[in-house]
Amino acid sequence: MARVLLFGRLADVAGWRERAFDAATLASLRSELLLSDPALGEALAGRGVQAAVDQTLVRGDIALTAASEVAFLPPMSGG
Amino acid sequence: MRVELTQAAFDAGARLSAFSAGRSEVGAVVSFTGLCRSAPGLTALELEAYPGFTETIIRGVAETTVSEHGLLDLEIIHRIGRIAPGEPIVWVAAAAAHRRAAFEGCDRMMDFLKSRAPFWKREHLTGGDARWIEPTAQDHADLARWAAAPAESETR
Repeated sequence: MARVLLFGRLADVAGWRERAFDAATLASLRSELLLSDPALGEALAGRGVQAAVDQTLVRGDIALTAASEVAFLPPMSGG
Repeated sequence: MRVELTQAAFDAGARLSAFSAGRSEVGAVVSFTGLCRSAPGLTALELEAYPGFTETIIRGVAETTVSEHGLLDLEIIHRIGRIAPGEPIVWVAAAAAHRRAAFEGCDRMMDFLKSRAPFWKREHLTGGDARWIEPTAQDHADLARWAAAPAESETR
């Protein structure tokens, strides 16, 4: 089960900040999130939203393990 | 060099005294304190960070700033959580042999922190409404001033 973290407005859209999901890749995780919550899936695909796996930004797909931490990050606003 | 994220209010004056103490090699210390400015209807700002990730990204930019501006030290304190108008949000101090490097290093670090640092910012308004804030065009323009800095600093 990968640990999924949502930040900023993404957590508001989903109604949760942290949840475990069973997914072998980042792409399959995105599909699962889209299926279970279309509004969240759409927000995750939105402009400027980035994904980090184990605290490293990732473009494209990547394999996940049970210990993976996946974070979805809206555009960073600065302080 | 130090990067600290804190939920608690901090005393910028005390931090500056501690940062400046016992430094015989330093000729210039420049510090900046950013306060939460009051605005009509604003009850508080809320800053969210990604623990670990946020510090790592800030530390990377701080290391670049230290090396490209020839700083002797750089310290950053940034609030997270709920911040009331009038409270300090951010504090940066840069130490260098001479003033120009200290001014520029502090200025550059602040431009990054204000526009690109991994924070998500929300305004809480009277009546219980809240809205997420994205960086302003002015923030991006401020940051763009430093695009040419690496080449310049090599010739200095």
